[in-house]
Amino acid sequence: MIKEMLTGNAAAAWGVRLAEVDYVPAYPITPQTEIIEMLARWISNGDVDTKFVTLDSEHSMITAAGAASATGVRVFTATSSQGLLYGFEMLYTVAGWRVPLVMVNVSRALSSPITLEPDHNDILAARDAGFLQIHCETCQEVLDSVLIAYRLAEDERVLLPVLINMDGFHLSFTREPVEVPDREQVVRFLPPYRPKHAFFKASQPMAQGTAVIGGSGYSYFKYQMHFASMGALDVYREVSEEFGRLFGRSYNTTEGYMIDDAEYILIMTNSFSTLGKAAVKRAREKGVKAGLLRLRLLRPFPELGIKEAIRKAKAVAIVDQNISVGKGGILYSEISSVMYNEKERPLLLSFIGGLGGKTISSEEFEFIFDRMIEAVDTGVGKVPYLLYTEMEWKEMEKLKNVAGKGNKNYSNCRGETHNITEHGKE
Amino acid sequence: MNITTIKSIKDIPQEENLSPGTPTCAGCGGLLSLRHCLKVLGEKIVVVNAAGCFTLLAVYPFTPFKSSWLYTAMACAPAGAQGIRDALDILIRKGRLDSKENLKVVVLTGDGVAYDIGLASTSGALYRNLDFYYICSDNEAYGNTGFQSSGATPFASKTGTTPIGRISPTGLELSKKNLFEIWRSHTPPYLATISPAHPVDLINKFKKAEQYKGPKLFINLSPCPAGWVTDPSHSAKFARLAVDTGIWALKEAIYGEVKHTVVPKSFKPVEEYLKGQGRFAHLFKPVRQEETLKRIQEMVDQYWDNVCSRESRKR
Repeated sequence: MIKEMLTGNAAAAWGVRLAEVDYVPAYPITPQTEIIEMLARWISNGDVDTKFVTLDSEHSMITAAGAASATGVRVFTATSSQGLLYGFEMLYTVAGWRVPLVMVNVSRALSSPITLEPDHNDILAARDAGFLQIHCETCQEVLDSVLIAYRLAEDERVLLPVLINMDGFHLSFTREPVEVPDREQVVRFLPPYRPKHAFFKASQPMAQGTAVIGGSGYSYFKYQMHFASMGALDVYREVSEEFGRLFGRSYNTTEGYMIDDAEYILIMTNSFSTLGKAAVKRAREKGVKAGLLRLRLLRPFPELGIKEAIRKAKAVAIVDQNISVGKGGILYSEISSVMYNEKERPLLLSFIGGLGGKTISSEEFEFIFDRMIEAVDTGVGKVPYLLYTEMEWKEMEKLKNVAGKGNKNYSNCRGETHNITEHGKE
Repeated sequence: MNITTIKSIKDIPQEENLSPGTPTCAGCGGLLSLRHCLKVLGEKIVVVNAAGCFTLLAVYPFTPFKSSWLYTAMACAPAGAQGIRDALDILIRKGRLDSKENLKVVVLTGDGVAYDIGLASTSGALYRNLDFYYICSDNEAYGNTGFQSSGATPFASKTGTTPIGRISPTGLELSKKNLFEIWRSHTPPYLATISPAHPVDLINKFKKAEQYKGPKLFINLSPCPAGWVTDPSHSAKFARLAVDTGIWALKEAIYGEVKHTVVPKSFKPVEEYLKGQGRFAHLFKPVRQEETLKRIQEMVDQYWDNVCSRESRKR
């Protein structure tokens, strides 16, 4: 075991190297490129016995990855943002093939306007495809998740592909100390891939992905996928426990931070959770019983864990780094649906922040806690707020002036003279 | 290398690798050829399919193939072939699969895929010199969706999206893409056009292709009774007329070098092919569209003028 300073991307590549992956079909996209470049370098040096092929698009890349996986080799690939969406059709197809492909998505906001920095509209768009989803906060977690993902995907009770998500730039290019285990250590957790399920070979003809006409076949197979995904929660717990025993680190389906006695809880995912945890600490110093719940598994959705964690709180703020246009935050809807039938349930508030890599500042977190306390006083949650600081607003005004749009009166979308503007009031 | 070629229809292998009773339309020209293709390709293959008429060959839980099958999606069958080919190579090289278990990888698509939506992934596979077979069943339109115009639809054809009307009496105003030349520009080791009316030529081409590692491509002109509005029993007749009139040139290209394999001694007028097909009926009724007919004949003549002069120069 060695400890190295690794970026999130490098940590992902190390995970792949340790998993002794056979095949990497690739297509470049920022900010994912570092992962496949590192792998290409190792392959070219003979450090790993892996075949690397550059495909003509993400659509082709995911197809080749899935087809190779169906033929019985361990496969890895990675993408981001527009690339994930370009390959979107094949996410559903590959999941339907029930193959244990592992893919990293380095989150990046979606066009248009085009941008490079992260939010979660790309990965959350993929939530219904049949891939399991693991969302990472740290570089260490990225490496560990790759190993966990193969165990999970290759388990015969699961046999579904896995997407591992990390934030572009904020995690993909952030160096953190990462423990890189030895291969011998990894083998005990993740043995070489010898699939027992059907794969393509001459002596055993097999038809995969055949048409089903009439609907009953389709419903059956889709529901089988749903069962497998729901069952993956238990398999995940087993796998995570074993990982903990061997490596001394384990990751639950959700992570609670100062949550046991918390009255005001933030729900977040991925690397911005670190900002949220700092905010919780500051709130605690001021006497607010704050806590944070980080969702690590997004599919299957860890409903029980969420219910248990937030049931007793007074208010819960869901910070969505995504926007479902015409609805609001995606996770807010998901959490609401989990809590609706609960007798005991907190007020739920929805905040949309950190879109397109925009940070969430400490004053914005203060604003969130203030709104939660206010909501408990009035007894009403309020949805959704767009987080936007006064400084960001001024900056935006300046940009609009340069673009020649500054003279028009846009103040109607600005809201109050608060240092944070509120949107979405009905 | 010596390739055993066959001389007559009697020499066609007896083995069948495609069961009868498939859900394709009666008189499907694509299926006629596919049956022959599989006689040469054998049983140890995996068919990688993209959305098209042939997708409905394998409907759960039935398959007419003795071999394996993977349905991918419309745009990406060659990428699926890449994944399978690479995986088999890896498994054999690493000793995890006996080389006896090896499979030939065969992409099976229609013209909508080959000429349009799947062109990029095919180009990618050709560029990467993927060792695979590609069979395009070209019925000159999106047949499985009810016959709409594709990049393979010939000039003046009526389709669901190029209907005959007062403003457009001709049907499709564009010409068929030259997929043979698009593919040839990638210089694959083997590329050929085939026809269900010329099974001997077809089988010999597959036998010849076998010796090359890399992409081996076939475009099959597939009469489509439903879309062409012809009698199912006339499919072979129209396939033959396409060759005899010079509309469908039977040829091959080895590393880009073109050779015509069947050249009619005397060409029949294109009208003989067009007449009797519902998709071209508007060229004859209610009034003969002389200009259009002339233009089609000229297009065919021009093609063969080039071929003959080029090939005679070689002699």
